[in-house]
Amino acid sequence: MTCAQTISDYGLRAIGLGERALPRADITLCEQVVLIGSGLIWNVYFAVIALGLGFFLASSIAFARNSSNPFVWRPAAFFIFVIRGSPLFIQFFLLYEAFVLLPKLGFDINLGFVEVTIETRWLTRAWLGATIVLFLNTTAYTAQIFYGALRSVPKGEIEAGKAIGMTKSQINKRIIWPTMLRLSWASYTNEAIFLLHATALVFFSSFPAWRQQGDALYFASYFADKTFNPFVPYPIIAGYFIVLTLIVIFIFGWFNRRLNRHISKNH
Amino acid sequence: MNFYFSFLVVFSLLAICVPFILLFGFTGALARRSRIAPFRWFGLAYTSMVRGIPDIIFFLFVPIALDQGIEYLRHHAKCPEWTEPIRQGNDFVVCAAAKMPLGPSPQWVHETYGFFLAALAFAIVFGAFAANTLHGALAAVPKNQLETGAAFGMSQKQIFWRIHLPQMWVYALPGLSNLWMILIKATPLLFLLGVEDIVYWARELGGSKTERFAYPHGDWRLGYFLVLLVFYLLLSWVSEHVFARLNLKMSKGLATIGGQA
Amino acid sequence: MKLIKLLGGVALAAAFTTSAMADGHAVRLGTEGAYAPYNFINDAGEVDGFEREVGDELCKRAELDCTWVTNEWDSIIPNLVSGNYDAIIAGMSITAERDEVIDFTQEYFPPDPSTYVAAAGATMDAIKGSVAAQTATIQASYVSDSGATLVEFSTPDEVVAAVKNGEVDAALADDAFWQDIVKASNGELVFIGEPIAIGGGIGMGIRESDTELKEKLNAAIDSIKADGTLSAMIAKWFDGRMVKY
Repeated sequence: MTCAQTISDYGLRAIGLGERALPRADITLCEQVVLIGSGLIWNVYFAVIALGLGFFLASSIAFARNSSNPFVWRPAAFFIFVIRGSPLFIQFFLLYEAFVLLPKLGFDINLGFVEVTIETRWLTRAWLGATIVLFLNTTAYTAQIFYGALRSVPKGEIEAGKAIGMTKSQINKRIIWPTMLRLSWASYTNEAIFLLHATALVFFSSFPAWRQQGDALYFASYFADKTFNPFVPYPIIAGYFIVLTLIVIFIFGWFNRRLNRHISKNH
Repeated sequence: MNFYFSFLVVFSLLAICVPFILLFGFTGALARRSRIAPFRWFGLAYTSMVRGIPDIIFFLFVPIALDQGIEYLRHHAKCPEWTEPIRQGNDFVVCAAAKMPLGPSPQWVHETYGFFLAALAFAIVFGAFAANTLHGALAAVPKNQLETGAAFGMSQKQIFWRIHLPQMWVYALPGLSNLWMILIKATPLLFLLGVEDIVYWARELGGSKTERFAYPHGDWRLGYFLVLLVFYLLLSWVSEHVFARLNLKMSKGLATIGGQA
Repeated sequence: MKLIKLLGGVALAAAFTTSAMADGHAVRLGTEGAYAPYNFINDAGEVDGFEREVGDELCKRAELDCTWVTNEWDSIIPNLVSGNYDAIIAGMSITAERDEVIDFTQEYFPPDPSTYVAAAGATMDAIKGSVAAQTATIQASYVSDSGATLVEFSTPDEVVAAVKNGEVDAALADDAFWQDIVKASNGELVFIGEPIAIGGGIGMGIRESDTELKEKLNAAIDSIKADGTLSAMIAKWFDGRMVKY
């Protein structure tokens, strides 16, 4: 079997397309690279959804944390403390156990043109349950980073906004929020990289693999089990993660230049 | 009993790791500042690798590589007359004298060795993080402080030990305290390295027990994990406060944004 | 994959009895410690169960100095071949696939059929729906080949939990493993479908290069089979099950 054949058979195996049976004997290097790469689709999915949604919730929680109303800032501070103070690994276990205990219900939601049934049992699946855990996790860390930046937004900028007659919400949207992003972007890039790496933990998170459609680490450990040689699959997955990290750094770097495009280059 | 003991395992891991992390961190940071290019490249590679690769993948890989590496070296040192290949098909076979630890040693030696390998894997990974922090801190010490030393006629060595190093701590502390928090939260990964830590026992004791056991019960894992959650929250809370006080003490006598002394 | 020396909450009992071994060769027995009644960790934190008794008896007869270690199931073979222990005694069926990588002693437990278990009231369709099995077991490959949706868990405990709380329609495991659990569930769990014969009898896994240990253990298994010790142990741990050797 050629490598091109393997790619078409297994390239999308992790999302259920292509050959059903996994290779069992005479495993080639190509099969390892392709299947681990296909598992990487899930890691990218987890990271993109969690970061994308987490970014917005984190912004609001950061503002809530900065509020002077104790009913607003205390819950925000508590949320940040609980998530940042406990290991992600434990969060995975806890939420999985909790999701499993939920009654198995189905909710019909009418979207106007199509009716969708939302089932609570989806929560015990990695694609939803693990994403929720990662989303909550990154939200708390990001909120803390944003909150720190929020506190160091120069007073003068806000006063300047007031002076030209901006409303409170205009100041929030046009001055505080962009400045907060600019100040925290370096730390936020780090958090994004950490979250990307944390997606590797999903494999150990007690969310089971369905139909052998797992993430990159699922396939890496599958091959380590079958070939009894960890010295091939783990370096492969390490290589993939280095590439992903470089991509993240590139994207965030591009955005950083956009955020700072009005600042003179001499600084 | 084992459950309580396993909390000690977590603390001893932290206690053993920290000196090694600082050692690896310094080595890495100094290597990056070295004038000799290969050292500099090594330092750069070491400090950048943790940015690119998830720590969990290191933990899966480093202990077995260390174990087989150590046994391979000992095999060559102790049994030069051995002619059979080390890799026999799937088997990794070294002579009895090269086994680490020696086959007949009591169980606790095996346990300790396994624990030590896990601790070393932690130290290597977190040492790289520390190297990043220390490298940044060394660079952050104001140049004029070092120049003042030179003006007093201090040697390069004296400047490094008496000014550069003591001054660096102020800048390194925030980064190191952050690293400590990350380290605390990485300790449940010990479980994945096969060490019987609190996660192992929480799963073992919390799982449902049939009549075969002295105390049959249903699935208690949720409860056990809640206990672990509280334990980690307490640990982070205490650490945060200790570091806040330490930071205050360290920056005494130094005019920073944090406050004039 | 937890490829590292593994630590058992392990008893040293056997270590003191035969310390006068001529070559001082210690044998480390690796087990999972999560598969009652074959092997489990008792309330004192020690390895216990049918295989604990069999293993200790075999070591006594073969004059080996044995210690017990526990290891996660999914890396139990890799850790054997990399030399972290010398024999697997963990309810492991003798299969052709495993035999390519390691060697087996003769069986010390006859082939045990696998059975499906589902929540009470389930129909036969359950075994065609989502079926849980432990990762890297013969049951997992069987389910995957049967066309049902395989849901993999890393420990037997999680397999049981998944079928109990309805996360999966059914679960597949050794019959002897289910007996206790189904009985303790007060009718919550039931057997469905016919027992399926997969896998051979249960034997101890040994490194292929370790023929000497294999010979010794085979001889010891012969001896406990011949004088009825093994049959008595099976009857004790498996509800009076009669096995003639």
